[in-house]
Amino acid sequence: MTVKQRREADRGQPLITCRNLWKIYGPDPAGLLKAHGGKPAAQAIRDSGHVAAVNDASIDISEGEILVVMGLSGSGKSTLMRCLCRLVEPTSGTLRVDGQDLLAMDERQLIEIRRSKMGMVFQNFALLPTRTVLDNVAFPLEMRGQRTAERHERAREMIRLVGLEGREQYFPRELSGGQQQRVGIARSLAIEPDLWFLDEPFSALDPLIRREMQDEFLRLQAMLGKTIVFITHDFDEALRLADRIAIMYEGEVVQIDTPDKIVLQPATDYVAKFTREIPKARVVHVRSLAEPLDGEVPDGPALQGDATIASVARTIVQAGRPYLPVLDETGQPTRRLDCGRALALLFGEEEAA
Amino acid sequence: MTALAPTTHLGRDAEAGLRPRHKALLLLGAFVALVALKHLLPAGLVRPPDWVILPVGQWLSAAFEFLREDLGLEAVTRLFAGFVAWHLEILGNLLLGGRGGLGLPALPWTVIAVSGFMIGYALQGWRLAALSGGVFVYLALFGQWRYAMETLSLIAVSAPLAVLAGLALGIAAARHPRLEAALMPLLNVMQSMPHFAYLIPVVVFFGVGDHAGAVATAIFATPPMVRMTLLGMRRLPPEVVEAGMMAGATRWQRLRHVEVPTAREDILVGVNQVIMQCLAMVVIASFIGAPGLGYRLLLALQSLKIGTALELGVSIVLIAITLDRCSKAWVERRPVHDAAERPWHERHRTLLVWLGLVALAFAAASLHPWAYEVPRRQALSTAPFWDAIVDWTTVALFEPAHQLRTMLSLHVLIPLRDLYLYLPFAAVALAAAGGGYLVGGLRSALVCLGFVAFVALTGWWDRAMITLYMVSFAVFVCLALGLPLGIWASRSDGRGRRVLLLCDTFQTFPSFIYLIPMVMLFQVNDVAAIGAVIIYAMIPIVRYTVEGMRSVPSSLHEAVRMAGADGRQRLLNMELPMALPHILVGINQTIMFALFMVIIAAFIGTQDLGQELMRALSANDIGKGLTLGLCVASIGLLFDHILTEWARRRKAALGLA
Ligand SMILES: Nc1ncnc2c1ncn2[C@@H]1O[C@H](COP(=O)(O)OP(=O)(O)O)[C@@H](O)[C@H]1O
Ligand SMILES: [Mg+2]
Repeated sequence: MTVKQRREADRGQPLITCRNLWKIYGPDPAGLLKAHGGKPAAQAIRDSGHVAAVNDASIDISEGEILVVMGLSGSGKSTLMRCLCRLVEPTSGTLRVDGQDLLAMDERQLIEIRRSKMGMVFQNFALLPTRTVLDNVAFPLEMRGQRTAERHERAREMIRLVGLEGREQYFPRELSGGQQQRVGIARSLAIEPDLWFLDEPFSALDPLIRREMQDEFLRLQAMLGKTIVFITHDFDEALRLADRIAIMYEGEVVQIDTPDKIVLQPATDYVAKFTREIPKARVVHVRSLAEPLDGEVPDGPALQGDATIASVARTIVQAGRPYLPVLDETGQPTRRLDCGRALALLFGEEEAA
Repeated sequence: MTALAPTTHLGRDAEAGLRPRHKALLLLGAFVALVALKHLLPAGLVRPPDWVILPVGQWLSAAFEFLREDLGLEAVTRLFAGFVAWHLEILGNLLLGGRGGLGLPALPWTVIAVSGFMIGYALQGWRLAALSGGVFVYLALFGQWRYAMETLSLIAVSAPLAVLAGLALGIAAARHPRLEAALMPLLNVMQSMPHFAYLIPVVVFFGVGDHAGAVATAIFATPPMVRMTLLGMRRLPPEVVEAGMMAGATRWQRLRHVEVPTAREDILVGVNQVIMQCLAMVVIASFIGAPGLGYRLLLALQSLKIGTALELGVSIVLIAITLDRCSKAWVERRPVHDAAERPWHERHRTLLVWLGLVALAFAAASLHPWAYEVPRRQALSTAPFWDAIVDWTTVALFEPAHQLRTMLSLHVLIPLRDLYLYLPFAAVALAAAGGGYLVGGLRSALVCLGFVAFVALTGWWDRAMITLYMVSFAVFVCLALGLPLGIWASRSDGRGRRVLLLCDTFQTFPSFIYLIPMVMLFQVNDVAAIGAVIIYAMIPIVRYTVEGMRSVPSSLHEAVRMAGADGRQRLLNMELPMALPHILVGINQTIMFALFMVIIAAFIGTQDLGQELMRALSANDIGKGLTLGLCVASIGLLFDHILTEWARRRKAALGLA
């Protein structure tokens, strides 16, 4: 938690800023946008035989943040991510990465920025079948012309980082799925990217392995503190990993918020449907429910703001009081928790917003 | 889904089946009427009238003349010919010695044999090593060395050319859809052109000799490489390509480090096809003076030395099997990691053993001349053995073969040929268009009509009908024998596998080979030609029947069995309909194989398009040769269109596609 707090504290400028980003597939995407003044309605898009894979997305991603993009399959998650690194050419919109206009870059500049700043992990690993683990991991370094000894040293370091030492000379097909994805992760980190894109990295893995890989991912991120865009269709995974969650529906980013807010204040019915089955008390933090003091500090055991409701449930029930004090980052009881609301959340009763 | 498929298919037939059937009957009626009322038809409907016949051949000749002289293409081809000839000379120098080039003595046969052995070992292991090493030993000991090396050096020059050209074209086509759109029809036509049609332009531009043979071979072998490269590029997982881009690879880096290595298997399958096509073509390129086993075979057949022909045929077959197995082993070879950090000499043991064996072979060659070259006079020969077989068959089988031949000729082939020649042009056009219409509607009807019209307009109608009669008779026999054989073979796992393996092996033999036993049995005539066509064209129908029958899912077998269907009902109502798309592909290939073989069989005297092609070849008539080639291609593409369309529909109806 401490790393996360530190990151939240010194979260600075947005590293990625996109405004009104569109990606439309179909016979004449540009013409369609033009005909509708840059904002065609869903009906108009469908009627003209187009698909809006990304529909008017405006997102800021801060340095060191983990943004998880969620949505059903076909909702445009992958396309959004590929627009952000320009693997897919957006139909319109603006996109700045680290202060530079990504959409204005020519091929050379794009290659340059990918060689120095970006790494991507793929759902089906996308390893090169004819190369050993070592050469796969060293591949991005090789592309930018690093000498063999140097890049192998770095690659070995990465392989150690993801816990695959001893497998350097293996070929991808000789590894299990989880191990292959570790190679994919090592490869994407080899160039020390600032921006780390992960497109459903654990979806192709068995549930147990997936859990293990999530832990691995959190461990790495605690060490490295990258800016991350992470795609998943698994809400539990999103809740475990996210600083913020962006929920997509038919190309549109319908809500982008912290997990607490998504659970407590779903922006649309669609988002609400997503969160319905979730044990909310395990997601929501005390500080999200905390309210200003009504004059004096209530009696009873003080709660940490960054604890989840579920983790303090026993304390709340045993205290048996209407309100409990909540400590802020400096350890002062500056706010209080309405125990009735907390219990309602705990028992899954619907809140009247 | 599959379990429901046959029901839907039957259901569709029941509700919508009457109308197509009526149409078919109507068309058949019209066809019969046209044939029966031939004497009432105006002459223009019986045969294409003279005034519509276009001088296609002259146009093509003029076009090539223009290319050659006015555009100066000849300078380019001459340069290229020099390049090819230089490579051939160096290779010939290495393998055979003498002949200028580097001026080095030839490599001892033992060196080449141990190299073959080690290549087999490195690619797959002991068994392949024994095969490839053994074949070289056989070639050396049985006096076939020189011819085999000539053939191999031609392949060694033309196969890399074809691979490089195919790779480049395939990659370019994958990048540029327009190029692909232009290339695909060209490839279709090229792959339906008979071997001979390639020879004539090559002679015109490159003259005759080994370099011309190599060029013709390379051109002939390029199309499958283009196709496999394109397929491989299309099948690249998009994520892998994206991984290359995200690694900051430039276009060239992506091609070299990501796309080509990832498409490795498809590309190597293409290499296998190139090698086999090269071997098939090299044999035929002997017609334009390419030396080697094919040339010897040609001479032997021309002078009816059947024993020698058989001996040469065996060598070609052995080389075919070796090349096929080795290149397939290369496809399947997947890298395996080194268990531990082993020292250099252990990791490269195969290389070191090879070097050791080569040194040993050189030493042996310097000690005893026979380890250097087995003199032809001293060599063992299987010819007496084959001669004995030939003698025996001529004595023992002469009567039955003779009777069969006479019977076939008199009562089947000649009447059938006369019937085909009797058919009025309009009836044939109607049949083709009608067939197209039944499987693919108006568009297909027009396409089919176009193919017929092309043949008619070139003025080769009667010759084409003779080709058609031979092809259709051969295909009929192939189906009559091949379908039951395939069904029988598919009845058990082991049998199916063995028959498929047999088909695989037979398919690697150059088609020319199949003429040898037929000439032995029937001498030189139509019956021998058709016999060779039948044997060769039987391969695909058997293989696809087996594959189709075995593609029926076992759950469906169980379901139908539970429904109480007996064996015959199962076969007719479930297995055959389900296997039909496969079988149609098989029929398509059988027709193609038959067409190719009929043309090759012209060599032993037929009266069809192939015969005219041979004449065009000896007269260097490029226009006539290409026109005839295109006529053959038209016939092939006509059937191809109908059968592909039909197979596609059946597949869609079965929910397989
Ligand atoms: N190259 C393409 N051409 C046409 N449509 C596409 C293409 N790529 C994606 N789409 C469409 O865009 C939508 C979003 O796809 P994608 O971003 O892959 O979704 P997700 O990753 O959320 O499953 C889908 O409806 C898909 O069919
Ligand atoms: Mg996706």
